[in-house]
Amino acid sequence: MSLRLYVLQRLTALVMAPLVLVHLAVIVYATRTGLSAEAILGRTEGSLFWAGFYGLFVVAAAIHGTIGLRTVLVEMTGWRGGGLDLAMLCFFLAVLVLGLRAVVIVT
Amino acid sequence: MTTDLDVQVWRGDSAGELQRYVVPRGDKQTVLDVVTYIQRRLDPTLSYRFACRVGMCGSCAMTVNGKPRWTCRASVERVAEAGSLELRPLRNMPVIKDLAVDMTGFFEKWQEAGGRFVPTSTRHDPIAVVPPSSPARQAADAGIECINCGICHAACDVVAWDPAYQGPAALNRAWTLQNDVRDGDHGQRLRAVASGSGCLGCHSMGNCARYCPNSLNPTGSIAGLKRLAVKAALKGEL
Repeated sequence: MSLRLYVLQRLTALVMAPLVLVHLAVIVYATRTGLSAEAILGRTEGSLFWAGFYGLFVVAAAIHGTIGLRTVLVEMTGWRGGGLDLAMLCFFLAVLVLGLRAVVIVT
Repeated sequence: MTTDLDVQVWRGDSAGELQRYVVPRGDKQTVLDVVTYIQRRLDPTLSYRFACRVGMCGSCAMTVNGKPRWTCRASVERVAEAGSLELRPLRNMPVIKDLAVDMTGFFEKWQEAGGRFVPTSTRHDPIAVVPPSSPARQAADAGIECINCGICHAACDVVAWDPAYQGPAALNRAWTLQNDVRDGDHGQRLRAVASGSGCLGCHSMGNCARYCPNSLNPTGSIAGLKRLAVKAALKGEL
């Protein structure tokens, strides 16, 4: 792992730590209070706060997860070089696009 | 106490096998005593290394019942489970023969990780004054008693996965030098260790610290190198 990727993974972890806690609190709140899908969408649609919150979450998670997966692949399979970089770029873009698409749909 | 020890010893190179010996138990017997008994009384072709026999030279490390240990200070009473011993060479290094491993790669990694002290003054300059209470000196002190036994290297799973990984001993050495105010190679050394094959490859599993016979904490030293590397990267110095 290069130093640049290492720092990026740590910075995205710093960003995600409070987001994960809020996300967990939201899940507990939504399930404990028995909010319906309509009620949840009613709160998230048109909300700049939730669009920004989960948009940032998706970007940070896509970067963080891709670097982690890359490290696992390097250590477990010995895969290195341009092919690995290309595969990881595709994985990153897929997570990013799917995540942001979900954020756009619910907000 | 049973009167005899059932000892299985690795014979041959990496394609060898375990061979069984029966060794009489003795008072305050160490694992090295057992190996020496086998070599002197039962099978003179057995190869192994030792020198000081008092835990200073770091040459007698082996895998004892699955764990890397310095055999001169490992008492049979403490480590022989159910009166039996299984002795293998250290992990993560090529086996030369029996219990002796080739440590060339291990020491080459010390060089790769900038393990050489680079002086900033000559013998004609006054002796450097390093206050024992200074944080850098205390950080260096915490890691400086390494005896190069290779136990942490054998215990490290990252070394097992990635043969290019510099390993806990070399990185611990680099950390002590980064905290040596007399050393003039901090920048180059940090560049040498700030990679996936260096300190960034450590997963902080702590096997090195767990098995270090001198109770050093290479995991902590590597964490220190990571902090230095990140600080340098954020300042644009790396």
